Amino acid sequence: MTLTTARTRRAARATPPARWRGRKLQGWLYAAPTAVIVGVLFVAPLVLVVWMSLNRWPLLGQATFNAPANYLKIADNPLFVDAVLFTLKYTAITTVLLSAVALGLALLVQERRPGIAFFRTAFFLPGAVGFAAAGLLFYGMLNNDFGPIDPMLRALGVTSEPVKWIGTPNMALFSTIALVLWRFAGFNMLILLTGLQAIPTEVYEAARSDGANRLQIFTKITLPLLRPTLALMLILSVTGSLLAFDQFFVFTNGGPDNSTVSMVMVVYRDAFFRFDLGGAAALSVVLLVALVGLNTLMMRRLR
Amino acid sequence: MRRRLAGISLLGVLALTAAACGNGGGGGGGAQPADGPVTITMWTRAATQAQSERLVAEYNRTHKNQVKLTVIPTDNYQPRIAAAAGAKQLPDVFAADVIFVPNYTSQGLFMDITDRIAALPYKDKLAPSHMELGTLDERRYTLPHTLDLSVWFWNKDLYEKAGLDPEQGPKTLREFAEQATTVQEKLGKDGKVHGTFFGGNCGGCYVFTFWPSVWAAGGQVMNPEGTTSLNDQPAMTEVFKIWRELYEKKATGPTAKEEQGPTWTGFFPKGEIGVMPMPSTTLGLMPKDMKIGVTPIAGPDGGESTFVGGDSVGISATSKNADAAWDFLSWTVSDAAQVEVMAKNKDVLARIDLAANKYSAEDPRVVLINSLVAKGRTPYALRFGQTYNDPQGPWLRLAREAVFGDAAQATQLNAEVTKSLQQ
Repeated sequence: MTLTTARTRRAARATPPARWRGRKLQGWLYAAPTAVIVGVLFVAPLVLVVWMSLNRWPLLGQATFNAPANYLKIADNPLFVDAVLFTLKYTAITTVLLSAVALGLALLVQERRPGIAFFRTAFFLPGAVGFAAAGLLFYGMLNNDFGPIDPMLRALGVTSEPVKWIGTPNMALFSTIALVLWRFAGFNMLILLTGLQAIPTEVYEAARSDGANRLQIFTKITLPLLRPTLALMLILSVTGSLLAFDQFFVFTNGGPDNSTVSMVMVVYRDAFFRFDLGGAAALSVVLLVALVGLNTLMMRRLR
Repeated sequence: MRRRLAGISLLGVLALTAAACGNGGGGGGGAQPADGPVTITMWTRAATQAQSERLVAEYNRTHKNQVKLTVIPTDNYQPRIAAAAGAKQLPDVFAADVIFVPNYTSQGLFMDITDRIAALPYKDKLAPSHMELGTLDERRYTLPHTLDLSVWFWNKDLYEKAGLDPEQGPKTLREFAEQATTVQEKLGKDGKVHGTFFGGNCGGCYVFTFWPSVWAAGGQVMNPEGTTSLNDQPAMTEVFKIWRELYEKKATGPTAKEEQGPTWTGFFPKGEIGVMPMPSTTLGLMPKDMKIGVTPIAGPDGGESTFVGGDSVGISATSKNADAAWDFLSWTVSDAAQVEVMAKNKDVLARIDLAANKYSAEDPRVVLINSLVAKGRTPYALRFGQTYNDPQGPWLRLAREAVFGDAAQATQLNAEVTKSLQQ
């Protein structure tokens, strides 16, 4: 009896480490495909970009080490400095408007009512249009030569002459923001909707029975409980806006007069028009570091 | 068991990595059997698509070797070449806007074909400005592929309706402005017809259509080395001024200021424009029933010149099919291809000794355009694209300020252009 107990005990002591080792290996195996993909598609290119940024990197032929020349010349690039200011301005306006519109839409379609699925789908649908295609669509719609919007506005008596939708710096910026709102409001609405639906109805009922009015319910219950979801939406919106490229590349082409050149457009220009791959890599690294810093800060503040 | 699993997973990783890397190599088509027919790859930009397609179709019809042509949107061509070069995936043969060629050769993208060209019997008869831009340190890298000259087109029907002589095009830039203004005043009331048009938000359009007026007046736009901009000098300022007046008189159509380039040649064929600078390659694409006059671009007070644009073509430095590629390239400038493919379709020829041929005589406008090849210019600058064509480059700002904004900024903006040329 004692012997058996002792043997069982020993066996019990011996088995877990073996099983753990097996499970540990299993864990590694499960993670391996993802690890390989992350390694090949993220870590390797990242290391390459950092290495490129330390070299003069011709299209063909040998690279030559020239650090930190690519970083030092960033300050001499007036286009990039302007692009930083413009992108920050664009990000601020877009994020505020996008949050407001998305939250408004989410509140509109929050409750289950007959026909609500139609509206939810309708609001989300622009999100299914490719971003470049959306840019071309707006370019066509707002074009002064063949776009249908201008003649419609004139027929309705709203305007008397063609509106230069992308002809002046401010109009180009706001036309682009309209495009981004149209394209992304529905998607952000969906994110907020999941947050709204996670708020238990009992909380609302309790508030109502305590005599809270609609405004109070919104500011004291909905917004605080929606905070984690709002934080997610904000981070997605800020990061997406700081990396803006498609909308300006397709829709305004950086014009008029370089007034809508985003940071990523400068990276693209340096790499593919000026063939300065090292310089473009340096800009990318700076952008990456700034974004990681900003996101860390936002995560902390919004937690 | 553990070892075996680890070994298997390591193998998996290796296999994946190998697969990922395997896609990277061999863009040029790989090794070919020694005798069998070879298929070579070629890229061209949409702007000169029609000419490339005709040449490739005729070559494929008459040869065992085949050419597989890929057409890339003009605006995206330079980035695509850059990306492909960086990944060592250039096609065997690629055409390029002739003004970008010096940059490409200096980046080592084209193969040295000096000796192959020297063996051609008509080596001295190839379009001179294209050959010049394809030469670096006395080595030759490209052949002329297509020629696209800027000329003035006028719409004879609109001239007649406006009370102008339909057979007399403008002889000076001032006459051009007067005639455009007349068309605008007589026919432009309902906003459908305009005196003239130009790509006001398109750097490449400005150089192609405005610079010939400077050359015609005996002026220069850059020093011969392409390192100093002279675009703040009186010859250029005068040309800008005349166009500025046309815009202020609203004779240029309301969207000229926003025109980014892709559609700038689209209004003339619709019969909406009285007179405007156009690329010669569009002559063959005009509506058959449209009566069009063609005349050289002139300076403010006369003279004539043209911007000899178009494409050059070369073998990429990474091609593994150089012999097959040269067989195709040398054929494109042969008598057979030049006369029976290019001249037959009213295109400007890549060889000056064939300017008078059995097809050109049918249309005096084609003879005129062919004769301009010798008078025209193709400006040389290593940093041409990023300075003049790039929408974010300094030239577009200069031109737009000069035509639509504050012309007094020309000197300061010209310094920016020079700075970009010297980068």
